[in-house]
Amino acid sequence: MLTKRIIPCLDIKDGRTVKGVNFENIRDAGDPVELAIEYAKKGADELVFLDITATNEKRKTLTELVTRIAKHINIPFTVGGGISTVEDVGLLLRSGADKISVNTSAFKDPGLIKRLADQFGSQCIVLAIDTKFENNDWYVYLNGGKVKTEIKAIDWAKQGVAMGAGEILLTSMNNDGTKNGFANDITMLISESVNVPVIASGGAGTMRHFADAFIKGKADAALAASVFHFKEIEIKELKDYLKELNIPIRS
Amino acid sequence: MKVAIIKYNAGNIQSVTFALERLGITPVITDNSEEIQQADKVIFPGVGEASSAMKYLKNANLDQVICSLKQPTLGICLGMQLMCKHTEEGNAECLGIFDSTVKLFNKENNLKVPQIGWNTIFNYRSELFKGIKEKEYMYFVHSYYVEKYQETIATTNYGVEYSSAIQKNNFYAVQFHPEKSSEAGQTLLSNFLNI
Repeated sequence: MLTKRIIPCLDIKDGRTVKGVNFENIRDAGDPVELAIEYAKKGADELVFLDITATNEKRKTLTELVTRIAKHINIPFTVGGGISTVEDVGLLLRSGADKISVNTSAFKDPGLIKRLADQFGSQCIVLAIDTKFENNDWYVYLNGGKVKTEIKAIDWAKQGVAMGAGEILLTSMNNDGTKNGFANDITMLISESVNVPVIASGGAGTMRHFADAFIKGKADAALAASVFHFKEIEIKELKDYLKELNIPIRS
Repeated sequence: MKVAIIKYNAGNIQSVTFALERLGITPVITDNSEEIQQADKVIFPGVGEASSAMKYLKNANLDQVICSLKQPTLGICLGMQLMCKHTEEGNAECLGIFDSTVKLFNKENNLKVPQIGWNTIFNYRSELFKGIKEKEYMYFVHSYYVEKYQETIATTNYGVEYSSAIQKNNFYAVQFHPEKSSEAGQTLLSNFLNI
């Protein structure tokens, strides 16, 4: 049986791991490759690296980091953050990334998803959506949560999948950093509206929150950063807990 | 030991290379027919789209080279599918090494396609799985699958029971990614190198 995935996320800036709260207040959390190896050993099913570097050196440092990660870990990983061209995606995949996530660039040019899917296959194209609940609905935000759009997350998710996205990484800005649980309502709505896997992100604080993301949110995977970085939740303990609840989990 | 990885227009070559390096092997990545034919072991990886990959292989005459290989050869993911007779992806004629066809998962019954993640493999019928426990988890990423038939050497269930590995003479192929399947995947690669 296909298992639900537990995915630690590492936010990367200039080659270091960082983690913000509510998309702000960045603090240092260590060397990404060391952390990646540790997570892989502890039973993480997959890793996500989100690069928030915004310098001219970005492409070079990210490519080098991806190569280093791929050399050292034997589980799959996704790389995202400001990736906007077919050329960059090709470069990162050839460097050893398994999947690439696109966000703002895909929203501004939905044709990008199709071009990427046609060239590299849907299976390696993850559409990352940052969403915020306001005025009674979930809207898409761009540029790391700074720019609001008038498009509803559910509509963008459906369109992205129709264009060829192979997976949705859904981050709720209302929940991110709060440790009050994932946004299970919008996660479930999207998960049941598209036929590709949905990764729930934002809000993990307790082991119960992960169970809820799978049971109530119908998520295929759950992503978290700080609870793993700061060892508030151990992956092995989390997996044992989820198995007890009869959630299909790799162990 | 000389291990050749067939170079063509498909992804994951780097990941397979790194996985072999972790096992102490430095493979050659090549599309040169002599180099491929002279290797002790050949790996035919692949992530990508089938019909464009087949076109590329034909233009480079690699289709003939792969079919004529006599040494142990391992197809991975798209590599496995390209070694079959035909695939529904792009309605492409493939290499025909294996006597099977490749089909798209049925999206009805809320089945998510592609299948992405860790699923179990079982009913092993090959030395490729030596030391790997029954119902071990492997990492899968695919939308198309090979049906169960007489060349099946491991089975997986995703809406349907299908071939997660097949074998015919010196040709082996797996649908999952051993290079991304943690320790169990490393064991499988090591077993292949020891055939």
